[in-house]
Amino acid sequence: MDFSTNENHQSIREAIERICEQFDDEYWLKKDRDGGFPRDFYQAFVDNGWLGICIPEEYGGSGLGISEACIMMQAISASGAGLSGASALHMNIFGLNPVVVFATEEQKQRMLPPLIQGRDQACFAVTEPDAGLNTLKLKTKAVRDGDRYIISGQKIWISTAQVANKMLILARTTPAEEVKHPTHGLSLFYTNIDRDYVQAHEIEKMGRKCVDSNQLFLDGLPVSVEDRIGEEGKGFEYILHGLNPERLLIASEAVGLGKAALRRAVDYAKERVVFDRPIGKNQAIQHPLAQNWIELEAAELMIRKAAWLYDNGQPCGAEANAAKYLGAESAFKACQTAMTTHGGMGYAKEYHVERYMREVMIPRIAPVSPQLILCFIAEKVLGLPKSY
Amino acid sequence: MKVLVAVKRVVDYNVKVRVKADQSGVDIADVKFSMNPFDEIAIEEAVRLKEKGVATEVIAVSMGVAQCQETLRTALAMGADRAIHVQSDAELQPLAVAKLLKAICDKEQPQLVILGKQAIDDDCNQTGQMLAALAGWSQGTFASKVEISGSDISVIREVDGGLQTVALKLPAIVTTDLRLNEPRYATLPNIMKAKKKPLDAVTPEALGVDVTPRLKTLKVTEPPKRKGGIKVKTIGELVDKLKNEARVI
Ligand SMILES: Cc1cc2nc3c(=O)[nH]c(=O)nc-3n(C[C@H](O)[C@H](O)[C@H](O)COP(=O)(O)OP(=O)(O)OC[C@H]3O[C@@H](n4cnc5c(N)ncnc54)[C@H](O)[C@@H]3O)c2cc1C
Repeated sequence: MDFSTNENHQSIREAIERICEQFDDEYWLKKDRDGGFPRDFYQAFVDNGWLGICIPEEYGGSGLGISEACIMMQAISASGAGLSGASALHMNIFGLNPVVVFATEEQKQRMLPPLIQGRDQACFAVTEPDAGLNTLKLKTKAVRDGDRYIISGQKIWISTAQVANKMLILARTTPAEEVKHPTHGLSLFYTNIDRDYVQAHEIEKMGRKCVDSNQLFLDGLPVSVEDRIGEEGKGFEYILHGLNPERLLIASEAVGLGKAALRRAVDYAKERVVFDRPIGKNQAIQHPLAQNWIELEAAELMIRKAAWLYDNGQPCGAEANAAKYLGAESAFKACQTAMTTHGGMGYAKEYHVERYMREVMIPRIAPVSPQLILCFIAEKVLGLPKSY
Repeated sequence: MKVLVAVKRVVDYNVKVRVKADQSGVDIADVKFSMNPFDEIAIEEAVRLKEKGVATEVIAVSMGVAQCQETLRTALAMGADRAIHVQSDAELQPLAVAKLLKAICDKEQPQLVILGKQAIDDDCNQTGQMLAALAGWSQGTFASKVEISGSDISVIREVDGGLQTVALKLPAIVTTDLRLNEPRYATLPNIMKAKKKPLDAVTPEALGVDVTPRLKTLKVTEPPKRKGGIKVKTIGELVDKLKNEARVI
């Protein structure tokens, strides 16, 4: 076991912090108020080559692992950019992994470089209103018609669908009744969002105003067979492959936000004087903050472990889910403490922690809820009967 | 033409340093370090010279503890071709650094050495000038514009009250001011490439330089706390206070 500082990680963290410095608290406060995709922020990451962090070098990326991507996303979130900043980039950091792993050489050459260069921006369309967490019940249909498919159906919560021009979409190519195995029958496509056939209705939501989430209505979207990733009917498997790393990214984003909240709370606890003493002198203020630190560190360690397992080609399902759970829950608690430590000011936008509080709900809910993680651990790790 | 750039590892400019209880210096335990901002400008200028085809090689040099190699990696990621680390745990004062740089210049024979005008930790503003004296080269300090044609170099200097243009002959020393350029970020592909660029380590002994400090720090104190402002009622009162209290006019 080696816990010494990793030089790669350190240079990545520092480089990210430098970029994030120009997008300060005021920038995100304004974005939270006015909305509008943080295009300049996104572009800064494109310009400095960060979108290719996990994409192999032969397609213009840097070919690093999920460990490095986690460091990157945590640093972005911890800068105060929070989930507003992280979600703006998230899908384009690891989302195209199914393309990297399962697409043909021709597809990779066609799909990956434009993403890294910022010419394409992708969203990820899986969730459906009637399926919820039960992805195997997806209904959106892709019907084969010669050398193309026609996709129709509904998706919900699809983030950045207003600003993206591409989407990675999971749709049913064989009706659920006809498949031999429940995980079969879904196919994966990476295609243009042709607005003649796709309507995106933005959902008004609690936080992260500048990164839209949408209800998608797909009405006869034609998709060339060339845009199908891998074999027909195996889309669910392809998506599964990328789920663990995605959990680690979101966990890292949560931990980053938790650390930002903790930093603000600690600074405030040192400075705010009530009853002639800094409030931080009271154990009732100190202890929750110390607890937050402990929990966030533990979550970070679990992320490191799971990411290491993934990067070394080992199974990491239990660890990745545990990391997502620990990351989101510890960050949630840290945001809560940060608000209460600020007293009334915690409720004022000016102090930023109320924004963090609203944003930290996202990694709790998505892409998988804490309940479902517990169901998974109970079944797969503890050997209890499957409950869902 | 080879360009040598000196880069120093300093406490990051965002860190609010605290004076140690015994007043022997500032507390640097657990604080973030990064490249001196003026040195980033120096690297940027050198890399731009290379991109313009004026420079053929950019060599970054840093002196001090082992972690200076991180600072050198940043310089390499920004575009320097190779790096030299003069490893020493001693307190390196400007004269020692200037002598070390002189020794490296003797070996590497650069035509141009670019340094920051000062480092933001001790604010000495001495190393470039000392190096110029030791090497017997011309110097253009506080540069806000540098132009090279053949063996001539023109430097616009930021001086009190305006700009001064000096014409120098290479080899020369240039020290950078804030407005010389806006340094680039290290891009991810370049951070990765930097890991493979050569970084040589030498010691002051090997360079034959005695780095023993000549100056002794007696005491370090916090700057006085800023007092709150006051309101004046009349212009007369303002002028009086500026003259007799603030003594600025
Ligand atoms: C801001 C935001 C952005 C998003 N972005 C995207 C995106 O870009 N692309 C995309 O595809 N999706 C996206 N999502 C969707 C997200 O992944 C889903 O909301 C999430 O998977 C939960 O699904 P659901 O909302 O349908 O919840 P449901 O499945 O309806 O679950 C509701 C509640 O019931 C609980 N529950 C359900 N079944 C069980 C059980 N058996 N045992 C115990 N508890 C159970 C759940 O834990 C949850 O608390 C986003 C969501 C949000 C909020």
